[in-house]
Amino acid sequence: MAEAHPVGFQWVMEAKRRGAKVIHVDPRFTRTSALADTYLPIRAGSDIAFLGGVVRYILENELDFREYVVAYTNAATIVSEDYRDTEDLDGLFSGFDPATTSYDQSSWQYEGNEGDGANDTATERDSAAGLRHESHGPPVARQVMRDETLQHPRCVYQILKRHYARYTPEMVERVCGIPKERFEEVARAWAANSGRDRTSMLVYSVGWTQHTVGVQYIRTGAIIQLLLGNMGRPGGGVLALRGHASIQGSTDIPTLFNLLPGYLPMPQHAQHPTFDDWVTSIQHPGQKGFWNNARAYAVNLLKAYWGAAATPENNFCYDYLPRMTGDHGTYQQVFNMIDGKIKGYFLLGQNPAVGSAHGRAQRLGMANLDWLVVRDLFMIESATFWKNSREVETGEISPERCRTEVFFLPAASHVEKEGTFTQTQRLLQWREKAVDAPGDSRSELWFFYHLGRIIRERLAGSTLPRDRALLDLAWDYPTHGPHAEPSATAVLREINGYEVATGRPLASFTEMKDDGSTSGGCWIYTGVFADGVNQAARRKPGREQSWVAPEWGWAWPANRRMLYNRASADPEGRPWSERKRYVWWDAEQGQWTGHDVPDFEKTKPPSYRPGEDDVGVAGLSGDDPFIMQGDGKGWLFAPVGVLDGPLPTHYEPAESPVRNPLYGQQANPTRKVYERPDNPTNPSPPEQHSEVFPYVFTVSRLTEHHTAGAMSRTVKYLAELQPEMFVEVSPELAVERGLTHLGWAHLVTTRGVIEARVLVTDRLTPLRVEGRVIHQMWLPYHFGAEGLVRGDSANDLFGITLDPNVLIQESKVGTCDIRAGRRPTGPPLLDYLADYRRRAGVDGHYPPVVTARADDDGSDDGTDREA
Amino acid sequence: MVDVNSPGASVNPAEQAGHLDPPPRMGFFTDTSVCIGCKACEVACKEWNLVPESGLDLLGMSYDNTGALTANSWRHVAFIEQPRPVGWQRTPPMVGTPTGPPISPATAEAGAETTVDLGTRPGLPPAPDPAPAGRMADGTQFLGMPGSELPGRGDRDERTDLRWLMMSDVCKHCTHAACLDVCPTGSLFRTEFGTVVVQEDICNGCGYCIPACPYGVIDQRKDDGRAWKCTLCYDRIGAGQTPACAQACPTESIQYGEVDELRERARVRVERLHADGVPEARLYGDDPGDGVGGDGAFFLLLDEPEVYGLPPDPVVTTRDLPRMWRRAGLAALTMAAATVAAFIGRPS
Repeated sequence: MAEAHPVGFQWVMEAKRRGAKVIHVDPRFTRTSALADTYLPIRAGSDIAFLGGVVRYILENELDFREYVVAYTNAATIVSEDYRDTEDLDGLFSGFDPATTSYDQSSWQYEGNEGDGANDTATERDSAAGLRHESHGPPVARQVMRDETLQHPRCVYQILKRHYARYTPEMVERVCGIPKERFEEVARAWAANSGRDRTSMLVYSVGWTQHTVGVQYIRTGAIIQLLLGNMGRPGGGVLALRGHASIQGSTDIPTLFNLLPGYLPMPQHAQHPTFDDWVTSIQHPGQKGFWNNARAYAVNLLKAYWGAAATPENNFCYDYLPRMTGDHGTYQQVFNMIDGKIKGYFLLGQNPAVGSAHGRAQRLGMANLDWLVVRDLFMIESATFWKNSREVETGEISPERCRTEVFFLPAASHVEKEGTFTQTQRLLQWREKAVDAPGDSRSELWFFYHLGRIIRERLAGSTLPRDRALLDLAWDYPTHGPHAEPSATAVLREINGYEVATGRPLASFTEMKDDGSTSGGCWIYTGVFADGVNQAARRKPGREQSWVAPEWGWAWPANRRMLYNRASADPEGRPWSERKRYVWWDAEQGQWTGHDVPDFEKTKPPSYRPGEDDVGVAGLSGDDPFIMQGDGKGWLFAPVGVLDGPLPTHYEPAESPVRNPLYGQQANPTRKVYERPDNPTNPSPPEQHSEVFPYVFTVSRLTEHHTAGAMSRTVKYLAELQPEMFVEVSPELAVERGLTHLGWAHLVTTRGVIEARVLVTDRLTPLRVEGRVIHQMWLPYHFGAEGLVRGDSANDLFGITLDPNVLIQESKVGTCDIRAGRRPTGPPLLDYLADYRRRAGVDGHYPPVVTARADDDGSDDGTDREA
Repeated sequence: MVDVNSPGASVNPAEQAGHLDPPPRMGFFTDTSVCIGCKACEVACKEWNLVPESGLDLLGMSYDNTGALTANSWRHVAFIEQPRPVGWQRTPPMVGTPTGPPISPATAEAGAETTVDLGTRPGLPPAPDPAPAGRMADGTQFLGMPGSELPGRGDRDERTDLRWLMMSDVCKHCTHAACLDVCPTGSLFRTEFGTVVVQEDICNGCGYCIPACPYGVIDQRKDDGRAWKCTLCYDRIGAGQTPACAQACPTESIQYGEVDELRERARVRVERLHADGVPEARLYGDDPGDGVGGDGAFFLLLDEPEVYGLPPDPVVTTRDLPRMWRRAGLAALTMAAATVAAFIGRPS
């Protein structure tokens, strides 16, 4: 965190000054570790084993916050008797279909509701359906069987206990390389600092998500936080530190292929032919919770897009919306470019030639387009790959013959335009424009507004039906200044929503109507322009308001600073403790009150119980704090919504030097793979030849640089602080491979070879895993071929294997070889790589996805794995 | 010239320099116990003061690619990696892992070899012979290089402990500033805030100030020959603003304020750290009784100053000048008297 989020780390230091203990777990000793109270080195990719060990420690020692767990989580809920655990099936859950490598989730359902699991999980994987759960839980049945004594063998609590029974401190040591005493120190501290009077916070950065089991990493963290009662309470939570400014905003108002604003899923071509099909699929009639109003949110969005043209008669122009037909994720697109299926591409503030996994595929894809528009602050590698790249060196791209026409358009930076940032707390903060952008640099808003305007002018008069979607758009933003800059305030007002007849801005999404009388671009943002005031621009200093600071910026939903804060009070509505008082039930006033906006219906008493037929919000009890979940409970066990299992399970990374010590199933069986000759995978056990790539490498950021380097390698004062690509190795690995401090070394995988200067440092340590010494090395991923300081790109080493839930790449762990000296250049480089592939036996061969024994009959899986 | 022979008396250097009714003395308290090594101070300083870049060289000194305080780097963040405990870590970070000995003499040698010319003078001169660094890295002599060990601590077979100290160094703005004493042009002067500033339009590049600095802070640019160093952002503090580095520091490791108040704050902080089990915490440069009469920019360190490359007992290099001049004068007088006597005593 100190390394990648130095400004945010000031609050950790502030907490440390006040006596907080900081625990840091990381493959390498970083600037964060230097300041932490406890540092643990861990093998990259083994986090679920570590956290699963914490879950077991809590359950075995009965350290869970029992009252909270029983009332607020699904610990007591009974699961179907058809359910089989990974303990029973050697690393698979019940319902696995080897043909599609996906799960039928019926057997994961709550008892009596098995029908809820009939989802098309293979399609959900292709559309990264997990992303839509950011604002609300997936649907589950309303009526469930519960055993509040937690004794029923099929209640979630007991299932959890069995699932993690083998995640002992000894197993943590075997899998993660962390000595068991050290592991217990952390588990003890975490549990001891949680309960009525104390809360612990789990902070992670997005590197945690970049694994084939990335979503399950965070799920494991959430299970621990729920067991310890650390959710919905001050000082608790699971905090995601985003990779750069407004990443939260870019999922709320998404730049994603599968979502529309406010987490409305993009319609599927086959499943949602009509507006009603689409809305019903979001709404899940009969379900509890706020998502029941999905029709209003959808209508308001379509009204914001198409204005007066969107009417009840034409289903609010639903037919204008594009449809998904499968996987349109960024990596699938890259392969489609290589295959000539995509002709044109816009890149905005993104540098995939350096920043995305498998740099070679990225560059070859972009070299096979008709046109490419790059809008950036600097001339980046993704705009010059056709004349300056590794592939030009090797002859794979010829500048003379490269067919891609690249249009480079200079962009305005964040200080040169106005708008909002949304940060990880869902807080929108308005920023003013500080200076005019130089030269031809323009904002994204300017670019798209005028692009749309010009296209519409060109199409004016067209009678073709296909042009209606563009011509009917409500494209009427006021502009100002010499360059006709559209008003960002007007856009924010449109996002907030307003009454169509009067123009009165809506104050809350509960005012949204499904008849077309209101319009709003993103239902969760409604209220940011309440009373016609830009609430995101509020800057009341902290010292002039309460410690929750509700008048600084604006948080969605409804300016609520902490989600699920009903959980900060006990089931009767009283604070769990005076020290952790946050939101509580005021019986005299008959309403919820507290330091924050209560995340609950204001006047619903704790004693409220729904009737049999109550649906939607009325279906939630007065003690159901997780109001966006179908059953109002925090989910220790996820019957739907997660495609790779209801409980997190340790799988090895797609590339690992060791056999999974826990199960026959080596890696995530549902991971998204692209088996193509240009995307080989290094062999891992139980396959042969993993010894060709014996070392583990991980990549991350340096404080001195930013992501793919476009904003730092081009700036002299930053470039000089970390002027060269380097690899950090332990003294032990340096001795093993003959590497010298500041000498050159090159790293090899089946995809690529890169060179780097060597930093030998005591901050890297070998680990003992399964009785073997595993060496790890670390690389920054900031370097590329352009800028003041240049170097090989670490992402060239990775292939493309994705998490099944959100289609994020595994780019934080892989296997490689490292050799002293510089890499070959030009065509010999290709021969060098080909030789590695030949020795690894990967030419035309892809690792098996399923390695669990088909049934539990004890048949040998060909490895020396211990039973 | 100030009388430095009566140390201990807290003096206001601005008053001594002739400022009538000066504002309170201003300075920095740099608390290295909360420094996260982000180098925002280095960048903010260069941005505000238009300091040139100081070279695109990978130095191999941990994450320090600045190297030293030079004419082109007025803030310098040092990174010190050592296989020994830091006060607050309860369990040694690497205990139980299959580690070997700390990084080898050969590594230290390679590190020393890359010390490159930064384009400033004396700056960081290229080491003519890297071998001593290697010899010193085996634990017999401390060099201040990453991976080197303190005396008597190099006999472990395995690394278990590790600390990574970070510290943002800067001009100390001494109470008794030798650079200012020796400047023949008056380019170096004492401001009303008690800080020491070079006026670049007056500096003639004589370079006397460079050997005069007991900390090795002040330095000349090769291209223009003039001396440059931290001004404590004279232009900013004169307008009631915070110096750029302190403004940019995210963890308040660099604190700017009235020196008297900062000294009190620092004392409280050291007491707190001692109470929290960090007995190594100590202040450096806060004592008006030290060899430079106390620094306007002082530090909280987590070990001996030598570990950070700071002189343990700095003395204003002009301390002995008055006595030397007196003795020289006396010698001259004696000589003159003897000469006169010789003439007087000469038989006519």
